Amino acid sequence: RELSSESNIHIYCLNILVFVTLQQRDPMLKRDGFEDILEERRNSSDLKYALRCYAPVLYKGVTPCKANMLKNIVLQSDQLRYVINQVSQESGEAPDIIQEEASVILEEMAHRLQISTVRFFAFALSKAFKTLFQHVCVNEEGIQRLQQAIQEHPVVLLPSHRSYMDFLLMSYILYTYDLALPVIAAGMDFMGMKFVGEMLRMSGAFFIRRSFGGDKLYWAVFSEYVKTMLRNGFAPIEFFLEGTRSRTCKSLTPKLGLLNIVIEPFFKGEVFDVNLVPISISYERILEESLYARELLGVPKPKESTSGLLKARRILSEDYGSIHVYFGQPVSVRSLAQGKVNRSTYNLFPRHIPRKPMEETQSFVNDTAYRIVRLQEDNMVLKPWVLMASLLLQNLEGMELSVLTEQTVWLRGLALSYAAFLDWPDHAPTAKVVSSSLALHRGLACVSGGRVSLVVGEPLGPVTPEEALFNRAVSVLSCASYRNQVLHVFLRPAMLAVAMLHLSDEVYNCFSFLWDMFSNDFILCPGDTVQDFEEACYLLVKTGAVQMPQQDIVMTDIGQPTLSFFNGLLEPFLQGYQVVCRYLCEEASEGLTEKQYIPAVRSFHSVLCVFTGNLRCYEVLSSDMQKNALAALLRMDAVRKVKVADQVTLIVNKMAVNSIDDILGKNRMISHINQTQISPSLSLVAVAEDLCRDGLTPSYIR
Amino acid sequence: MASNNNSSDRQRIAQQRLSRIAAHLHKHEDGNSGIIAKECKIDATGSPEENKGTVPRKRQEIMKWNGWGYSDSKFLFNKKGQAEFTGKRYRLSGMTLPRLQDWFENTFGASVKHKSPATPVLNASVVPPPRLNEAFVENLKATGIPFSNEAEDRVFRAHGHCLHEIFALREGKKFERVPDMVVWPNCHKDVVKIVELACKHNVCLIPYGGGTSVTSALECPPEETRCIVSLDTSQMNRILWLDENNLVAHVEAGIIGQDLERLLNESGYCSGHEPDSMEFSSLGGWVATRASGMKKNVYGNIEDLVIHIKAVTPRGVIEKSCQGPRTSTGPDIHHFILGSEGTLGVVTEVTMKIRPIPEYQKYGSVVFPNFEAGVACLREVAKQRCAPASIRLMDNKQFHFGHALKPQVSSIFTHFVEGLKKFYITKLKGFDPHQLVVATLLFEGDRERVLQHEKQVYDIAATFGGLAAGEDNGQRGYILTFVIAYLRDLGMDYCVVAESFETSVPWDRVLDLCQNVKERIIRECKERGVQFQPLTSCRVTQTYDSGACIYFYFAFNYRGLADPVHTYEQVEHAAREEILANGGSLSHHHGVGKLRKEWMKDSISNVGVGMLKSVKEYVDPENIFGNRNLL
Repeated sequence: RELSSESNIHIYCLNILVFVTLQQRDPMLKRDGFEDILEERRNSSDLKYALRCYAPVLYKGVTPCKANMLKNIVLQSDQLRYVINQVSQESGEAPDIIQEEASVILEEMAHRLQISTVRFFAFALSKAFKTLFQHVCVNEEGIQRLQQAIQEHPVVLLPSHRSYMDFLLMSYILYTYDLALPVIAAGMDFMGMKFVGEMLRMSGAFFIRRSFGGDKLYWAVFSEYVKTMLRNGFAPIEFFLEGTRSRTCKSLTPKLGLLNIVIEPFFKGEVFDVNLVPISISYERILEESLYARELLGVPKPKESTSGLLKARRILSEDYGSIHVYFGQPVSVRSLAQGKVNRSTYNLFPRHIPRKPMEETQSFVNDTAYRIVRLQEDNMVLKPWVLMASLLLQNLEGMELSVLTEQTVWLRGLALSYAAFLDWPDHAPTAKVVSSSLALHRGLACVSGGRVSLVVGEPLGPVTPEEALFNRAVSVLSCASYRNQVLHVFLRPAMLAVAMLHLSDEVYNCFSFLWDMFSNDFILCPGDTVQDFEEACYLLVKTGAVQMPQQDIVMTDIGQPTLSFFNGLLEPFLQGYQVVCRYLCEEASEGLTEKQYIPAVRSFHSVLCVFTGNLRCYEVLSSDMQKNALAALLRMDAVRKVKVADQVTLIVNKMAVNSIDDILGKNRMISHINQTQISPSLSLVAVAEDLCRDGLTPSYIR
Repeated sequence: MASNNNSSDRQRIAQQRLSRIAAHLHKHEDGNSGIIAKECKIDATGSPEENKGTVPRKRQEIMKWNGWGYSDSKFLFNKKGQAEFTGKRYRLSGMTLPRLQDWFENTFGASVKHKSPATPVLNASVVPPPRLNEAFVENLKATGIPFSNEAEDRVFRAHGHCLHEIFALREGKKFERVPDMVVWPNCHKDVVKIVELACKHNVCLIPYGGGTSVTSALECPPEETRCIVSLDTSQMNRILWLDENNLVAHVEAGIIGQDLERLLNESGYCSGHEPDSMEFSSLGGWVATRASGMKKNVYGNIEDLVIHIKAVTPRGVIEKSCQGPRTSTGPDIHHFILGSEGTLGVVTEVTMKIRPIPEYQKYGSVVFPNFEAGVACLREVAKQRCAPASIRLMDNKQFHFGHALKPQVSSIFTHFVEGLKKFYITKLKGFDPHQLVVATLLFEGDRERVLQHEKQVYDIAATFGGLAAGEDNGQRGYILTFVIAYLRDLGMDYCVVAESFETSVPWDRVLDLCQNVKERIIRECKERGVQFQPLTSCRVTQTYDSGACIYFYFAFNYRGLADPVHTYEQVEHAAREEILANGGSLSHHHGVGKLRKEWMKDSISNVGVGMLKSVKEYVDPENIFGNRNLL
């Protein structure tokens, strides 16, 4: 009771803050329209297009810098020279040798943008896009804003990352609109693709090692390389805040390394401002769709190789629907930092000496990163199928087509009133929309006898229970990757709904607990708990699902379907986290290492499923959810990491984990299993490993 | 209340009695006040000679009451649409400047048709009546020290030369607070008397030297309820003695720069301290604001020049006991006075270094392809410690500004030569006229050494792509600094407001600071509804071992703005924040005044402010020197 008084205060403030929230969210409703850039490609010569005059305007009209000159600027910079001397003193090597090392690193890293390669890609991608996609839609107003921004300030392009296609697509679009081509930070793994790696390099990619934690020299070369390009405005910098492709289609919590690098020149006064441009790339169907599900289930990611790419040609025969690319409003770092970071604290330290960012700066960069990712989410275009997938996942046993249609229409209304960026075909009858969505995603769902259900890949021959489970999980996870796309729209009200259904008298505390718990799985800006709570209340009140008399939040009569839909939406996450808690409490051995954790949870759960039969939480088999759950428990101090001789061991505070489990599972029971029934040889890991060894058989693709 | 009155009465009576006793005791020494004044003069020059200074007590007789400088000198656009500079005092005087109008109209989007004339005469009704402290006035009369409470005198001392101050004068706005009276002490002893009386009668004193402050330092605090007396030092303008053995001169602090230089020159010496305001600013003012002169590379800044300072504070006179060239006697007490901005007392006499007039003086200039190259060159010159007496780098905008001030060319030949030079620089050397910048130089010393020095500097410049561009260009650069304030008055006649501000910054941040501040100004103007592109221009005016002084000009056409001064102030405020964020100092030589007080804490830390406060509290517990500058 006492605790809930806090929530009451928030509710009092709500009446005022609702309007603020409303104002904050409203501008996003005014979104730009799209143009299909493939339309012109279908009507005119691709060759002509690839060879046309291309003369983009750069920042302050600077002339582009030759790759070699750029390298010289970097190698001769005060910043790098300082670190070279430092490393030389520490290692005892002559500075010349370190300098040479730096030069080699730079050689390995640097892009070699060549217009001829860009033209080649312009031609080849035109052909490919036309076969793969129905439309590639771009908001031209966003392009105009970007064009303006590029001339005024150094620009950083921050696209969402769902597919390998992303950065080729980005460069393709910028080329199409005669905008300066970006230089793109790419993972070193691409370098493995001999010919293609070099091609990408010549189209503007530069390569960074995935981990170089303690390597001072590498960090210095890398950050100076990026900053030199940024400061001089030679080209827009492009990188993925999420760090890697999101296999789940949920936005990943941002990585800060590169963002720190591109923001620092502003704090040091080396540039007047830096503009961050959030870009949302939404695919109607992702090329890597089923690959991702398998990856999440532990079939390792295929190594990037040219031959692999060639094999992937078969995807050319499929229809992947449309792509929407939305260039968001450029965000000025200067305006964001106003009043948050005191730049004069940088006055007392030489600017060329590398220094760990101050706390104030770190939290600013972190906050900025989250805001940008949220802006990406806001402008993600959602297709009707996304809504249908959300419904199907709550009815795994299948649904009547008519019911699905009816509920999809209902959900559409809800999504629209929550400002979802829904691309629902104009003037088409609902039945038509539903059926064409089902047709495009026939690999995931099928209609038989008026019922819609998920398609489960069936390999030839006899199937072990584990294999059946694996196949089922693949189809659920594939489907979940669509549902995940809409989560950011519903997340806040859904957490509130869960909080209300579970613990109606301490709603805010419960909300806040869930918020904290899920902050690795979803994009929740640090420190925004109250604001998110208010937004959730506002949205639920707005759609009539709850009422807020003086001191309370109560469900209305008509609110039941909304709240139970929301509850169902988050159910897999609640269950998944619970399974992890269970595992840690009941099963985890003393010296469990971090490495063992994922396979162990997976086998624990698969055994749980196979032998109890009635569990539906396939999603906990996903390594993504397992990692996020562990991260949450670590953050909440329920689990600690201890480093013992090269091995990181997890120390479980069973009491804490148990109590978290309790809160998560207030109304839910998971039946206990009989310990003796566990047999490691039957575990799903083994199945996954087998699959990996054999390579993916065609039967798994379908 | 009653008891309060009683106690203050008692205090007053006690003080009166004390002073009467003191008068008796000192009578033998001091004589009566009439004699003091006479003695002052005898003390001063050794002969009862009359005051030779340029500045009369009634300043308004020769100077503008609502603008810069002498009444007879001003820019105007004549009927032929050509600019001319009236009067006979300056090199540009009486000349027509054919390019100025075009430059003016193109730069600001202004038009000579849109006039914004100033109120011609002071309307006495806008001046609040004086709040006199009768007892103080009575006592002052007895000393024989001249004073006035006429509106013109008081208004003249109520302001410096900030934009908002001059703008208000031109508009004929009502004054909130001006000094209630003006006193003109004749010598140190007069000042002692005045300060004693001020303490006795709790009167607020505001020292006034040349009146060229640009930090709102002379503004009377509106909340001041006591009688405010402006202490005008202009009549304390004698060189009391000159010591050729030690090369020092002992000078009264009210002397203004041009008089000091003229008088020293008569004896074959110079001080070498030449701030841009030297025509009007005073020695005491330089000390009180930590002034910097154009030729500091040879002669040093004011803190390097002073050997001995005598100042009168409410606690008494502060001075050192010897003239040793350097001492280790705890923190240098001079540094409490240097930069105290009139908050602690009045500087009355200064012993300062002098130098023989240099045998040879030569101007010069170097053109660089761009500002970056110019800054790199100045940095190298500073590194090699071979800076000439003055070296300044004007940016491209200022280069064009300087060009607009070229007088009518008399002969076709000069015209031809000019054209040829331009052709050489822009066509043959490939300099972009919209990028190139010019450094102006002034060398001093004996002829041979000057020529040698010149070569060294030009050689360095050449390595940064600099081309020597002649003496004339160099000299014109320095003319601009002396007439810029007159030009501001011209701008204000045509809806253009302008101001300058300065900072100092480490070398590695010079370029970024210049660029960011300019961009900030442009952006702020846009955001605040300024309809026309502002002029933002900067120059590097001083070089040091570890950094440089940067001087900004900022001006815009204010047509269409409701409150141009307020807009201007907001932009300047933003520009200062930008300077601080980019590693610049709060001020290099203008001082803090009241204009930049808000940043003092951040600039010198809380402890630093506390230190200054405790000095103020000890020296002036009653806040007699109540101009409220600095803290």
